[in-house]
Amino acid sequence: MSVVIGFLFMAAVYLMLSKSLIRIIIGTGLLSHGAHLLLLTMGGLGGISPPVVADGVSVSDYADPLPQALILTAIVISFAVTSFFLVLAYRSYQELGTDNMDLLRGTEDHE
Amino acid sequence: MRTNDVMLQTATKVVTFIILMFAVHIFFAGHYTPGGGFVGGLLTTSAIVLLMLAFDIETVKKILPLNYVTMTAIGLLLALATAAASIIFDVPFFTHAYDYFDLPLFGKTSLHSAMLFDAGVYLVVVGVTMTIIQTIGEDE
Amino acid sequence: MSFVFLIFLPLLAALFIPLLFKKVGKIHTGWFVLVVPVALFIYYLSLLPTTIDGGNLVSEFQWIPSLDIAFVAYIDGLSLLFTLLITGIGALVVLYSIFYLDKHREQLHNFYVYLLMFMTAMLGIVQSDHLITLYLFWELTSISSFLLIGYWYTRDRSRFGALKSMMITVFGGLMMLGGFVLLSIMGDTYSIRELIPQAAELATHDFFIWALVLVLFGAFTKSAQFPFYIWLPDAMEAPTPVSAYLHSATMVKAGLYLVARLTPIFALSGTWMWLVAGVGLFTMFWGSFFALKQKDLKGILAFSTVSQLGLIMSLLGASAAGYHIDNIAETTFKYAGFAAIFHLINHAVFKGSLFMIAGIVDHETGTRDIRKLGGLMGLMPISFTVAMIGAFSMAGLPPFGGFLSKEMFLTAMLSLTEFDLFSMDVWGVLFPIVAWLGSVFTFIYSFYFVFHTFAGKHKPEELPKPAHEAPIGMLISPIFLALLVIVIFFIPNRVGDWLVKPAVMAIQPFLYNSPSEVDVHVSAWHGFNTELFMTLGIFAVGGLMFWTLHKWQKSYDRFPDSVSLNALYDNLMFMSDTGANRFSKLYMTGFIRSYLVYMFSFVVIIVLGTLFLTESFAFDVTNLAPIGFYEIVILLALVGSTLTILFSKSRLTAIIALGAVGYSVALFFVIFRAPDLALTQLVIETISVALFLLAFYHLPQISRKEERMRFRLGNALIALGVGVTMTLVALSAHSQKFLPSISEFYKETVYSEAGGGNIVNVILVDYRGFDTLFEIAVLGIAGIGIITMIKLRMTKKEGQHENK
Repeated sequence: MSVVIGFLFMAAVYLMLSKSLIRIIIGTGLLSHGAHLLLLTMGGLGGISPPVVADGVSVSDYADPLPQALILTAIVISFAVTSFFLVLAYRSYQELGTDNMDLLRGTEDHE
Repeated sequence: MRTNDVMLQTATKVVTFIILMFAVHIFFAGHYTPGGGFVGGLLTTSAIVLLMLAFDIETVKKILPLNYVTMTAIGLLLALATAAASIIFDVPFFTHAYDYFDLPLFGKTSLHSAMLFDAGVYLVVVGVTMTIIQTIGEDE
Repeated sequence: MSFVFLIFLPLLAALFIPLLFKKVGKIHTGWFVLVVPVALFIYYLSLLPTTIDGGNLVSEFQWIPSLDIAFVAYIDGLSLLFTLLITGIGALVVLYSIFYLDKHREQLHNFYVYLLMFMTAMLGIVQSDHLITLYLFWELTSISSFLLIGYWYTRDRSRFGALKSMMITVFGGLMMLGGFVLLSIMGDTYSIRELIPQAAELATHDFFIWALVLVLFGAFTKSAQFPFYIWLPDAMEAPTPVSAYLHSATMVKAGLYLVARLTPIFALSGTWMWLVAGVGLFTMFWGSFFALKQKDLKGILAFSTVSQLGLIMSLLGASAAGYHIDNIAETTFKYAGFAAIFHLINHAVFKGSLFMIAGIVDHETGTRDIRKLGGLMGLMPISFTVAMIGAFSMAGLPPFGGFLSKEMFLTAMLSLTEFDLFSMDVWGVLFPIVAWLGSVFTFIYSFYFVFHTFAGKHKPEELPKPAHEAPIGMLISPIFLALLVIVIFFIPNRVGDWLVKPAVMAIQPFLYNSPSEVDVHVSAWHGFNTELFMTLGIFAVGGLMFWTLHKWQKSYDRFPDSVSLNALYDNLMFMSDTGANRFSKLYMTGFIRSYLVYMFSFVVIIVLGTLFLTESFAFDVTNLAPIGFYEIVILLALVGSTLTILFSKSRLTAIIALGAVGYSVALFFVIFRAPDLALTQLVIETISVALFLLAFYHLPQISRKEERMRFRLGNALIALGVGVTMTLVALSAHSQKFLPSISEFYKETVYSEAGGGNIVNVILVDYRGFDTLFEIAVLGIAGIGIITMIKLRMTKKEGQHENK
């Protein structure tokens, strides 16, 4: 599991460092997946029953609900951020006609 | 984005309502079984997106003349008001109250102020997601 | 009634000012504002009987109970005196401003909002018993002063002056915060009242001297003491009502208030006495000396304010001597504290009126340049009379209030020569000499101010506007203050009993049990003693030097500007500006890739370093979840689709592969018993893919031609580093648990406390509702951002069409 998380992070970072805007966005998407899995692992993968109160299940048998709640929040936020990025990329491509990050740096005299 | 797929359109008409019903169900079930405002909101959105795919944006706008930005604002206000209401009752911010009621149709139901908060979340999720999709879609 | 809330009344009123300005344009907004200080003044006046008897009042309002931070309004003689000054002078200044600022041309709503904000801040300073809230209000005065100086923000000088005052006073404020924190560490409390009884133990503490110096930084910067006074002359760019209010009567006195308030804590130290009295006295001389160099009416007043503040400061320093004397009531040391407070009142009164007159002259003639002015006596007789009263009081002439306090100042300074601690017996003789010299120059600039403006030859051709007397409304406030100047001279002991003695109690609480024990009787005539001869000397020498002023005033111009403190400030600002610029250019390349490289490298270095240094890396196989068939399949799918993204040449493949990754993650959630997550992930992945497709429809193909091998290798290296780091972190986190998770609490109480079944959802909406609230706020912001980005272009395109 941990290796997979590491792998996801690696791929994400590699994509984010490239020059193409699309690849950067895909990279951020991957990064959030990796982060979600990391959160889940950190909480411990144990737990036999989902964290929903049911009869006949002792307290220790539930999966840890806290990381799940955190991930739920994170999923929605990452969705918002990804869509924001997408529109940003789309708009900047329309305006500037390039998606190459090296050409998108601020002008020299910009203070 | 104009399509004329009769199969898709017919199926969509049915499926959309199933999804919508499911969304509402999941939203209300959220406090006891899997579900809640987020999922409910997202499901609703996906139903509308499906409609948009099958027909087109203009038609969907005619069917559902909603201002999603306003919807977002209402949702945010609702959530905030629920949280702030606890101040009036002189308990810390965000204290929720709940009670059980016997409603005629649903049987034993619990009524939560947390539910209101979740409704706010629901509205925001639908509002924002639809805003995003609509603005991008219209910008062609 | 808990009067702690009254501090916030002006701030509350400020909320309505813009509305009133916009809706009720016919009536000058100032009339509405006027109600606030007047009402407060009357209310606080009703508290006066309590403090006259030495009593005090406390009102509390908890702000951040968990950090022990509260708004505590503590009213005793000292704070009530300041409160009355703030509200009283405030009311007069607002009245004056109604006629000074034109309701059609000026942005009155800004002005009055800032002014009311300042009023709250100032009331907060003088009433706060809590060090942290005191600091809060302290900085709030700096900010509102910044806004008010920069009120005419289109003028370069205004912006420069505003920035300068802010830089210096905020710098001092931060120093002071450090001092406060040290004080609270030493005394284990934030309350000034609780610190004072501990004074003796505090004095032996290691931090004591640091706290003392840091607090004095705050007081000296605020009260414009040498060498920090340089911001005050530049602050004169503010509208004159502001100068009269902030920069003479109230804000600059905040430093004096702080020194007075903390005197019981620090007075046992010789350093305190030397610093406060020495710096104060030197500032007094320096300010009065350079006042004569000024050509601007308000510039003269600014330097005179600096000088007068120094005078009061030195008196406060001298009052610390009382702590080292037995039986103070029978010595002359008792005068210092009394004189400080008494002169503070006098100064607020006469300097307020002088500033208002300077404003009137500016308003009615169009210039403040004293070289162009002259002979206004006949044209503006009332202004002249008021100016003369104020200036004579400042110069220390009878029958005006300033005469009495100046006499007492000399007495107090003379008494220092008899003081035999802290090597005062050697150097103490300097105090009366410097004080006398400063007073001579004070005498000269007071005359310079009045007679070069109102006497001499009228030069109508140099004035932008033909001069005439100001409207009566504008004159009310200065006339009222001028009357007060005279009244104080005739009933000094009434003023002393009501206002001064209760305040002195606060400065020297160990020495007296009640205000009536402060055994000082003010009288105009003391008989033929040293003070009288000194005063006569001042009149004689000052008069003589004023007579010959035109002969030696030019010598001021020989002081080179390049070695002044102002030049030092300018150079410092310039150097830090360019230095920071050059430094940031080193690493701010403008390539987003560089920034990401910094971030990721630091993540790797810090995380690995921590893991290594704290030896927290652990790998525990026993605790791992059993890996089943499904897991392996999903894992393979996950890895496979990630690889597809990495090596895909077409964007469509990349998007679909990203979707596949998302679905695999969702399946993981199913396996690890997270139904909510799985549901959400599935739906959101669907919508995301739709969104991606929609947007990517317009974006170009992934192009990789320009990426060279070396570039990609570097990227791969960093990526590998991050990947390995995260793996290690995940492993360690998984293998060890130091603290019991709060989840146990959630699991147990979810039904009993929150009445819910789905623990995850209950956490979201109930236990951690704040997170969710802010999360949907983030969603909303993202939505707004997207709309604006799309709509922005549309309007811009239309604009371009119009241009064509």
